Amino acid sequence: MVYSDVIRQRFRNPRYRGSLPAPDTSFEDVNPLCGDRIRIDCRIADGRLTDARHRGDSCAICAASADLLVELVLGKSVEEAASVPVSTLLERLGADIRSTRMKCVTLPLSVLQGALEGREVAR
Amino acid sequence: MTLDEQTRADFPILRRIVHGQPLVYLDSAASSQKPRQVLEAMQSYYEQTHANVHRSIHTLGEEATEVYEAARDAVRVFIGARFREEVIFTRGTTDGINIVARALALILQPGDEILVTEMEHHSNLIPWQMICRERGAVIKAVPVMGEGVLDLDAFGRLLSPRTRLVALAHVSNVLGTINPVTDMTRRAHEAGALVLLDGAQAAPHLALDVAAIGCDFYVLSAHKMLGPTGIGVLYGRREVLERLEPGLGGSEMIKEVWIDHAQWNDLPWRFEPGTPPIAEAVGLHAAVVYLDKLGMARVEAHERALCRLAMDALERISGVTLYGPRNAELRGAVVAFNVEGIHPHDGAALLDERGVGVRAGHHCAQPLMRRLGIVGTLRASFSVYNTAAEIARLSEAVQSLRGAL
Repeated sequence: MVYSDVIRQRFRNPRYRGSLPAPDTSFEDVNPLCGDRIRIDCRIADGRLTDARHRGDSCAICAASADLLVELVLGKSVEEAASVPVSTLLERLGADIRSTRMKCVTLPLSVLQGALEGREVAR
Repeated sequence: MTLDEQTRADFPILRRIVHGQPLVYLDSAASSQKPRQVLEAMQSYYEQTHANVHRSIHTLGEEATEVYEAARDAVRVFIGARFREEVIFTRGTTDGINIVARALALILQPGDEILVTEMEHHSNLIPWQMICRERGAVIKAVPVMGEGVLDLDAFGRLLSPRTRLVALAHVSNVLGTINPVTDMTRRAHEAGALVLLDGAQAAPHLALDVAAIGCDFYVLSAHKMLGPTGIGVLYGRREVLERLEPGLGGSEMIKEVWIDHAQWNDLPWRFEPGTPPIAEAVGLHAAVVYLDKLGMARVEAHERALCRLAMDALERISGVTLYGPRNAELRGAVVAFNVEGIHPHDGAALLDERGVGVRAGHHCAQPLMRRLGIVGTLRASFSVYNTAAEIARLSEAVQSLRGAL
């Protein structure tokens, strides 16, 4: 089953979808497989990620992955937030993700890392 | 007998079961399946004939050369080229375009213009971007309008004395639109430009006559027309090829070599550096014979009927948007569509769970997606083996998509 209940629920009713006014850092990137673009805004205080939101046009797997990721990293130190392993996300997603869709899971991770490193968005 | 009844048994892969259901393969525009005749020809070539071509003076080498060159003659007839020198074997459509691009890069001047269209596959865009950047030339695009047809008035305005090349798809891989290539070629020639047609989506479905179209280059891939991967064809008008320097070097494309220079080989080998895809040429030959036996007019009629059936069925499903000309007479064998609230990749994954294989995404046509204001589409495409019952399975599966997530 590609679409676990977790994926369906997070896609239908995301908890952290949206944007932050005047975020401390944000980053966006595309999935070259499908052209999907997602953006993550972060608020940082005392080296901790105090708030974050994700948005973009993406498939259910990517949207669910982004939503779970934000939930996982809120309140964590920047270093911890930037080093969430893919395996943790996969476990939370509870789905049988094929290699062709792995990028849908990992895109939010690399976008979050980009934001935390203060990377410039390529145009 | 319908075409699918006649051909179905020749395609062993179509007996596969996917997620517990008989496979419905609707992704032939990405790559078609191969009939037994093609597989057996290649197998037999490797078991009985294989050696390197052209300079192996022994029985196998001579036989391999004969079958390789016989494939060229078969392709010449199939595409309607006048001379065998005009048929160059490549690694595929993309390779064919790059071969032309590398040759044109040698003569392109700063300020020259290359005219493409907004519906091009990235393969018919990136090579031109690369040589334009290299040479200080300019790339321009004919807009897509309305249901997904080219703005021919704009085409007229965009053609200029600086236009060196017009490069466009014969049939769009997303919209299915069959472009008026004969007329556009005539107009481009009047403006003094060369014309390259990307025939990747046309060659598998329409009876081709490149000489009648009048284009300077025509490129296609074998793997989309029942042949193997790894080989394609670059047709080049002889008068044009004779004037071009090869942009890629290696063995095979030379006559005589010194340390600091070389004399190029004759056409068509001048544009075929390195050991060519020989077994693949044998496979392509078998594919051409297979299609020819079916008759391209029948192939076209069969696929058009499926296309019409699919559009009629999908259009009735609420939340479905179709892209491209609604009139099946104006299009090739692809139907792109979206289902409200379902990302194309999720749609494709859910259809796959029902055994239905379709393509999803931007189809390597991001400028077109941007023009349409979407991230991607689902795309069903048809070949000689697809059946009306499969269109019904597609339609049923698409109906199940709404509310599936």
